[in-house]
Amino acid sequence: MWVMHKKRFSGFRKYVFRHLLRLLFLLAGITFLSFVMMGLAGSDVVLQQMEGRGTVLSQELIDQARAELGLDRPMILQYLSWLGNLCRGDLGTSYVSGQGVFSVFVSKLPATLLLTGVSMALTMVISVPLGILAAVKKNRFVDQLIRVCSFVGSSLPNFFLALLFLYVFSIRLNMFPVISREKNLESVMLPALTLAGAMSSRYISQVRAAVLDEFGKEYITGIMARGVPFRRILWNSVFRGALPSLIALFSLSFGSLLGGTAIVESIFMWDGVGKLAVDAMKMRDYPVIQAYVLWMAVIYTGVNLVADLVSGILDPRIRLGGTADED
Amino acid sequence: MKISTVSRQKQKKLYVREKAVILCILTGLFLLAVIFAQELCPYDPYAQDYSMVLSPPSPAHPFGTDRYGRDMLSRVIAGARTSVFSALFLAAATSAAGTAAGMICGYFGGRIDGAVMGIADLCVAFPSLVFALAIAALLNGGMENAVLALSLVSWPKYARLARSRTLTLKQADFIQAARVAGGSSLQILTRHILPNLLGRMLVTASLDVGTMMMELAGLSFLGLGASPPSAEWGSMMSGGRSMLQTYPWTVITPGIGIFVSVALFNLLGDALRDWLTFQGEEIGG
Repeated sequence: MWVMHKKRFSGFRKYVFRHLLRLLFLLAGITFLSFVMMGLAGSDVVLQQMEGRGTVLSQELIDQARAELGLDRPMILQYLSWLGNLCRGDLGTSYVSGQGVFSVFVSKLPATLLLTGVSMALTMVISVPLGILAAVKKNRFVDQLIRVCSFVGSSLPNFFLALLFLYVFSIRLNMFPVISREKNLESVMLPALTLAGAMSSRYISQVRAAVLDEFGKEYITGIMARGVPFRRILWNSVFRGALPSLIALFSLSFGSLLGGTAIVESIFMWDGVGKLAVDAMKMRDYPVIQAYVLWMAVIYTGVNLVADLVSGILDPRIRLGGTADED
Repeated sequence: MKISTVSRQKQKKLYVREKAVILCILTGLFLLAVIFAQELCPYDPYAQDYSMVLSPPSPAHPFGTDRYGRDMLSRVIAGARTSVFSALFLAAATSAAGTAAGMICGYFGGRIDGAVMGIADLCVAFPSLVFALAIAALLNGGMENAVLALSLVSWPKYARLARSRTLTLKQADFIQAARVAGGSSLQILTRHILPNLLGRMLVTASLDVGTMMMELAGLSFLGLGASPPSAEWGSMMSGGRSMLQTYPWTVITPGIGIFVSVALFNLLGDALRDWLTFQGEEIGG
């Protein structure tokens, strides 16, 4: 972290405070950035909408439409009023459907959260045991097999994996519905498996590396020499030692999971926030895109904050020394 | 490592080097094939043949044909050009820009450091694909804009890496010596710090090519990258998506194209990393 090297932290409270400050700075930056991006794109929104309706374009009409959308005011004023509305939970209205962005967004949220939760759980269930197994059986057949599988998985883009799963499980084997109408555990399985498959294949090797790294430390050699049972070493020392890096890993993956759901949601017609955003992107429905960007930023920075705090609790060196590894 | 004898170490080193060399050769051949893609295509990738619409894989058309009767094999080969070159360009451009920014930040510190790294923090505050998606959508799609969007989210990683390495190197004796000897900042940066960073940056970049390829294809798949008539893997798969049930080869064959090239670059990156590790440079995540 670029701010960390300047000053050593004197206590946990200061550590938390620093992180909260950084979060606020990031959020301010992100809202402004997404606003400016929308402002840059704003002018052709009007043209596009009008061309879409087949209206004959006169400058007068364009100006009128721009005034209606509030696009004729200076950008900083637009930003402030947008920010004010944001605080009141008003994210504007969709250009396409005319509905309030906030309420549409909230109504789609549970579906995405369900998908994210299930895939996160699946990812952990798949990658942690397999990663530990691969580390324990290092260079044996099991390890090689796991590594080949995870290599293949990480070289497949998730939309290809999604289509392959659809083809194999839904079309050939008829195990899952192709398009999920209701949101139950059966219909969430396939999209969640896709996400978990793509994520696990990346994380297995990292779990393996984290566990091996811990195994290589001298204190482990010491305990081994003293004849402590292997199982106890594995769970009480190695796993515990590797835990902070695993937590950091999975919390980061939470962010990429939220990002990755956009494509997978739209393939499986899973009616969540990601699909909403992809549809909005196709229609250039900027208020919806902006709401999505904002949502992602809040979640992502929030998760990172929690991860930093948790690793600060688990590893006193990070909060006291401030010499956390840079990369 | 501590237990293994010197000769085993040597053996391993030879093996690692051999692996890296073989993969470099393979990648070279692959790139050569991509450059001469036009000559390798058995058919014209854009020629439509309505007597052959959606025919399954056969000796004449090993990958089948699409809904306009275009030969899928030729289209997959032609698609390699777009994907591979865009990804290579992306990796090269972002690693160069990120390295330069990181070196300057690490070397000079102060306000520049704070500002640039602040922007970098901002760019990685999102999951990269979301940010790229949003930018690509705001910029109205197109392959160039997809590349631009992805480069905006990819440079901070290199900047952070280069910065932290520069900070360490700055303390080294030989840099102090160079400074005492009257070397200018530019000289020190380009002649002394850059060569010590280069290997590591190259490895990170080569590991990134595969990811970039997948993300570019993902953007095209969503209609935010290459547009339909041009042969590009992501948009080909998106075109075949509705025919998955009846004509699966229209989706699966471009997917195989992505898989093979991503796997090749991932293997190359891994091998280069192992090689560099054995050269005595420690590599972090």
